[in-house]
Amino acid sequence: MAETTLDQTAPSADAQTPIDVQSERAGLRVRLSGEWSVETAADLEDRLDAETAQAPSGPVVIDGSGLEKFDTAGAWLVERTRRRLTESGAAVELAGFSEGQRSLIAAVEKTQRTAPPEPAPVNPVIQFLSLVGRGAALVLADLRAVTTMLGEFLVAFSGTLMWKRRMRWPAFVNHIDRAGFQAVPIIALMSFLIGMIIAQQGAFYFRSFGAELFVVDLVAVLVCREIGVLLTAIMVAGRSGSAFTAEIGSMKMREEIDALTVLGVSPVDVLVVPRILALVISLPILALVADLAALAGAWVVVLFYIGIPTDTFLLRIKEALDVSYVLVGIVKAPFMAMVIGFMACVEGMKVKGSAESLGEHTTASVVKAIFMVVVMDGMFAMFFAALGI
Amino acid sequence: METVLDSPAAERRTDREVVIRGRGLTVGFGDKLILEDLDIDVYRGEILGVVGGSGTGKSVLMRTIIGLNARRAGTVEVFGQDLDAASPAERNRIGRRWGVLFQQGALFSSLTVAQNVGVPMREHLKLTPALVDELSRLKIELVGLPPDAADKYPSELSGGMIKRASLARALALDPDIVFLDEPTAGLDPIGAADFDTLIESLRDTLGLTVFMVTHDLDSLLEVTDRIAVLGNKRVLVDGTFAELKTVDHPWVDAYFNGTRAERLKIE
Repeated sequence: MAETTLDQTAPSADAQTPIDVQSERAGLRVRLSGEWSVETAADLEDRLDAETAQAPSGPVVIDGSGLEKFDTAGAWLVERTRRRLTESGAAVELAGFSEGQRSLIAAVEKTQRTAPPEPAPVNPVIQFLSLVGRGAALVLADLRAVTTMLGEFLVAFSGTLMWKRRMRWPAFVNHIDRAGFQAVPIIALMSFLIGMIIAQQGAFYFRSFGAELFVVDLVAVLVCREIGVLLTAIMVAGRSGSAFTAEIGSMKMREEIDALTVLGVSPVDVLVVPRILALVISLPILALVADLAALAGAWVVVLFYIGIPTDTFLLRIKEALDVSYVLVGIVKAPFMAMVIGFMACVEGMKVKGSAESLGEHTTASVVKAIFMVVVMDGMFAMFFAALGI
Repeated sequence: METVLDSPAAERRTDREVVIRGRGLTVGFGDKLILEDLDIDVYRGEILGVVGGSGTGKSVLMRTIIGLNARRAGTVEVFGQDLDAASPAERNRIGRRWGVLFQQGALFSSLTVAQNVGVPMREHLKLTPALVDELSRLKIELVGLPPDAADKYPSELSGGMIKRASLARALALDPDIVFLDEPTAGLDPIGAADFDTLIESLRDTLGLTVFMVTHDLDSLLEVTDRIAVLGNKRVLVDGTFAELKTVDHPWVDAYFNGTRAERLKIE
C-alpha cells in the first residue's frame, strides 16, 4: 500500500540524484534511480540531455536498477536518449531493468520510427495571394449559397401557396412567438430609451435658438423613417438570427438535417420557411412597436424636461408626421427580415463538425445580417429620395 | 440485502489490494433511485467488467465513482483515500491518476488528435512543448493509430479511431486506473476484438487497472478478469464468466446462458 499512497508524488529531484553518470573505460554508465514518470519528466528531460550531450567513443550502459517508478514518459526519455546516442555512433546497452520495465521500453521502441512530417516551407507572397484567392472564392461561395437558399425558399414557399406543400403551422406560430412576441418588451424598452435620448439631445441644441417645439418633428421623422426599423432589425438579427443559426447548425452537426433529407422531408420546408416567414411577419410589427415606444419616450422628455404640454405635443406630431413616413419605415421591415433570416439559415447550414465552427458561423450570421441590413437601409433611402417621398 | 446473491468470487477477496472501494453508494435523480446502498471493490491490476440491463445504472456508477454525479449517500475511497475527505488539491492529484474513455469519445472537436492527447499534459505538467508533442505521438501509436492520425481532427476520424484517440488521451498522464464506458460499442467485430487485445496488452505493459462498462459478450469473455452484474440497484453478483454461468438468477442466467452467450467457446 505504501507505494500507492498519494503523499509521495514528485519527489524533489535533487535529494535523490535521479541520474548518476560515471565514466567507464572509454564509455559511460548512466544510472537512473527514483521516479521516472510523467510527473518528473520536465526536470529529467533537461538533465538527461545535458549529461549525455557528448556521445562517448565507447559503449554506453543505461542502468535502470535503481528505478522505483517508471512509466511511458520515463521509457520514452530512455528510448529517445538511446536513439540519439546510437545515431551519433555509440553502442547503447540497457541493463538492470526489470521485466515489466523492459516490456514498457519495448512497446515505446516501436513508436515514432518515422519523424512527423515537417510543415512545408511557405513563401509569404504565395501565402498572401492564396489568402486573397481563398477570400474571393469564399465570397463567391457565399453568394452561391444565398442564391441557392433563396431559390429553394421560393420554390418551397410558392409550393405552400399553391397548397402543394404543407405549411408547418405549429413551427411558424412557435417562431412568431419566440422571434416576435417575446421580443416586444426588450424592443419597446430599447426604443423608449432611444426616443428619450434623441428628444433630450435635440432639445439641448434647439433651445439655443428657441425652437424646442421642433424636437417633436425631429423625433417623429427620424424614428419613423429610419431609427425605429433599423434598431429593431439589428436587435432581431442579434436575438433571433443567432438563435436560428445555432439551432440549424447544431442540427447539422448531429446529422439531424441529413436525417430529414433521408426521410424525404425537405429541411428547407421544415426549418427555413417557417423561420423566415415568422420573421417577415414579426419584424414590421416590432418596428411599429418600436416607433410607438420611441414616441412615448420623446413625450416623457418633452413633457418633463422641456415643459411642452401633452396636447401641444400631439398637435405637433399630427402636423409633422405623415402616414407615408411611417409606411416608409415599415415597408423596409419585411426585406430586412428576409436578409436576417437568409443569413441565419445559410450560415447554419454551413456549420461543420466542431464546436468552434458553430461559434464561427453564428458570429458570421449576425455580423453579415447587421451589415446587410444597414446597406439595405441606405439603398432604400436613395430609392425614396429619388421618388421624392 | 436478500437481493444480493452469494458471489463465487467471495473467497478470493481477502488478500488483494483494493484501488477503488465504494461503500453504500446511493444515487438518484428526482424521486427515483438508480443505485441504492451499492458496494463495489476494484482490485489492482484487474480488468473489471460491469454489466447489467439497460437503465440499471452502469454508466451512473462509473460517473459516480469519478465524481461527475452527486451521491446521496456512501463513500468512495481511491487508493485508500476517501474522496469526500480529500482536499481539492488531493482530489486533483487523484484525478490525474485515472483516465476516462467516454462513450462518444468526447474528443475536443477544435483540436487535432495530438493536441487532444496533449491537453492533460499541458494543463497539469510543465513539460516542454517538444516533449508534450513526442509523448502525445507516442500514446497515439501505443493505442494502435497510424502516425498520420496525430494531425487529424476528430471529425476526420472513423468511430473506431475516435475510440482509440480517446483512449490515448485517457492514457496521457500514465494513469493507474482507466474507466471505459462501452469501449467496443459501435465497432465492427474485428475492430472490437482488436480493441480488446489492445486493452489487455496495455494492462500488461502499463500495469493498468481497468473498470469497463460493456455489453459486449466477447469482450467480457476475452479480457475481463472479473465481472460485476448490476441489478436491483446494487451489485447482484460478481465472478468470472464461467462462474457467472452457474449463478441461479433469471437475468444473470439469461445473460450468460442465452443464445448469444452459448455461441461463445469457453476454454
